[in-house]
Amino acid sequence: MSAVPTSGIQPVRKSVIVSTSAERAFRVFTEGIDRWWPRQHSIGSSPLKRAVLEPRSGGRWYAMLEDGTECDTGKVLTWDPPRRLVLGWQINAKWKFDPDFLTEVEVTFTPEGPRRTRVELEHRNLERFGVEAVELRKSIDSPGGWGAILEAFATVAASEGEAR
Amino acid sequence: MANAVQGFAALGDPTRRVIFERLSRRPMSVGRLASGLAVTRPAVSQHLKVLREAGLVAERTEGTRHVYRLDPRGVQAMQAYLDRFWSRALSAFAAAANEENEQ
Repeated sequence: MSAVPTSGIQPVRKSVIVSTSAERAFRVFTEGIDRWWPRQHSIGSSPLKRAVLEPRSGGRWYAMLEDGTECDTGKVLTWDPPRRLVLGWQINAKWKFDPDFLTEVEVTFTPEGPRRTRVELEHRNLERFGVEAVELRKSIDSPGGWGAILEAFATVAASEGEAR
Repeated sequence: MANAVQGFAALGDPTRRVIFERLSRRPMSVGRLASGLAVTRPAVSQHLKVLREAGLVAERTEGTRHVYRLDPRGVQAMQAYLDRFWSRALSAFAAAANEENEQ
């Protein structure tokens, strides 16, 4: 799906088969993102009200929160319906939106029949989390610092069970 | 998890940060790393030792050369988190997409 990574950090790769056309799968993934985006992953100050992915290249990828504020996740880098989508994930290791930070999420939709589509996702450039995380040094031992974030990750991970 | 915290702490030094960033682009020998930096080769070796002990950098021998590269463990926590996150998200997406077809 992409070039071999130059670092030792492997991309996250996922694949799922859906029983619908590539066109519909693409539409659900993008314009319908609010129907499936995990609720508990809001990074803002209040619960997530609506997840939004603007359906065009350069479009914003963000969340509307219940307190009326908006919280960016990233942007659309490549808009090529119904086969390919590349998103920029701009939430850094501090779990905050950072316009100067970017990792890529590529999603492809491959028809395997009239009502069968393979959806493959690759989240790459993960080594950038390590480079960016150096800025955490000062806050490592503070409440809400990296240690606390890791604990939060572990809690979420433990509660998820085997979803793959 | 504790290892990741220790690893990021090791990157507090600006020279080590530069070394880490350069190795994130591609594996390199000590000599090559030193040639682009304003520090001596022994100093680079010392920084690499700290990075190695923090689990951020790994070494392998190619003939007589020691080649350094990033050690995946340094960002393993974030990677593991995203792996689980996307599993959950894609499951929910598949459910929504399958529902679409029934309408």
